[in-house]
Amino acid sequence: MQVSMTINGEQVSREIEARLLLVHFIRETAGLTGTHWGCDTSNCGTCVVLMDGVPVKSCTVLAAMANGRNITTVEGLETNGELDSVQRGFIEMHGLQCGFCTPGMMLTARWLLDNNPHPTDAEIREAISGQICRCTGYENIVRAIRWAAEHESGTGHNITEGIGA
Amino acid sequence: MQVPAPIAYERATSLSNAIELLSRHGPESRIIAGGHSLLPMMKLRLARPEVVIDINDLAELDYIRANSDHLQIGAMVRHASLMNSDIANRYFPIFREAETVIADPIVRNRGTVGGSLCQADPAEDLAAVFAALKASVVITGNNGSRTVPISSFHIGPYMTVVEPDELLTEVIVPLRTHVGSAYEKVERRAGDWGIASVGAMIVLNSGQISEAGIGLAAVRADHFRAVEAESFLLGKQPTADVIAQAALIASENCQPVADQRGPEDYKRHLVKELTTRALNRAIDKAREEGT
Ligand SMILES: Cc1cc2nc3c(=O)[nH]c(=O)nc-3n(C[C@H](O)[C@H](O)[C@H](O)COP(=O)(O)OP(=O)(O)OC[C@H]3O[C@@H](n4cnc5c(N)ncnc54)[C@H](O)[C@@H]3O)c2cc1C
Ligand code: FES
Ligand code: FES
Repeated sequence: MQVSMTINGEQVSREIEARLLLVHFIRETAGLTGTHWGCDTSNCGTCVVLMDGVPVKSCTVLAAMANGRNITTVEGLETNGELDSVQRGFIEMHGLQCGFCTPGMMLTARWLLDNNPHPTDAEIREAISGQICRCTGYENIVRAIRWAAEHESGTGHNITEGIGA
Repeated sequence: MQVPAPIAYERATSLSNAIELLSRHGPESRIIAGGHSLLPMMKLRLARPEVVIDINDLAELDYIRANSDHLQIGAMVRHASLMNSDIANRYFPIFREAETVIADPIVRNRGTVGGSLCQADPAEDLAAVFAALKASVVITGNNGSRTVPISSFHIGPYMTVVEPDELLTEVIVPLRTHVGSAYEKVERRAGDWGIASVGAMIVLNSGQISEAGIGLAAVRADHFRAVEAESFLLGKQPTADVIAQAALIASENCQPVADQRGPEDYKRHLVKELTTRALNRAIDKAREEGT
């Protein structure tokens, strides 16, 4: 069947098997390997992407169900070469070690801050409670998201002092 | 790598279109709502539909509203919406209490009320919630709609009275005054299915219990309900002793099975303890409403 969706602002149309999962469509069909894929059982959350602005576990969505929808992956977080404040927070606060859980964590963090710009630590922990990090002990991830909240410049995509690249 | 077997995919454009697609494709077709129970089962070949019919575009089934007698919840309401619904939680705080311990926030963005009830997993928390609230379920097919009480909706593990060419479209909860409700669950870790869960609803009339609802999940109670304990409470003053006896009756009238989540006697112990807590909190809330 033919599917067509917007991924990070670009239209992606492909002929696929109806059983294809969204995570594999993003990684293999669209070639965006920033989205990771781990447990396959909707437990680990590394496959989280935003679908119409809401985080979903893309291993548990058919690509066909995303037909016509708007997808944001970790590649879509930066704007014009400038990292999102969430990405900068993960750098500043050492929010990752191996980086396997990081794409899902960052997208959930983006969604949290878009809806709750000043979350408490408890709210941050609750937001990421469906995602597993086997490295950091979560403490630095919470700090990274808190850092992002404190350094958000209004829209969250309007970062003035670029870091990296 | 877990992937579903080959399928055909249809996206329904309206309720009548969904019913037409179910009739056209026959018993090997299945509705997919949030997909968070069906897709895992398809990956494991525990479900092998030939056609999945996606109802995510059916905004007409995504509503929570109240009239003077009833709260009406559409089948496509996501867990996250029920959790955050002011109107639903103003009448029945049990919804938020249960939803905060159902899965995790990301799963709650997808899973639906209709999917939860139709999945009929013995540990499904919303089944216990709606059992406690003595809800009814509206089922719609080619011949129109029928309404069945939740106490006859589930006919066994993973089985409901919904026919292959029908959809669950709405859950109806009667509104009460002087009512309190609460949910208690013990799980192994955040986001997991319950080892045991208990929902309670109490209506007080001049200090006496005039209606009681107790829903149980994960402990194989018939229709997710502790009927004997409910009957015991009727007409009584809610004293500590009465509550303790009701909790004991609830723990004796379910059939928990030993599994990786714990042995049978531990689950019965949890039912007794959680029933006590849920009843106490439901009674406190009913008192706050004044009698
Ligand atoms: C990691 C994880 C943890 C979870 N933890 C919990 C938990 O702690 N407690 C809990 O209660 N649940 C838990 N769940 C299950 C979840 O809450 C929902 O039960 C599940 O998402 C089902 O809803 P759905 O909309 O995704 O249904 P789907 O997967 O789309 O459908 C489930 C079944 O219902 C049928 N169906 C769906 N909608 C309709 C309809 N309107 N009419 C007729 N048939 C229909 C489908 O054909 C299918 O057979 C968990 C799920 C996951 C993935
Ligand atoms: S791969 Fe999707 S939740 Fe783990
Ligand atoms: S950084 Fe390694 S899993 Fe989180």
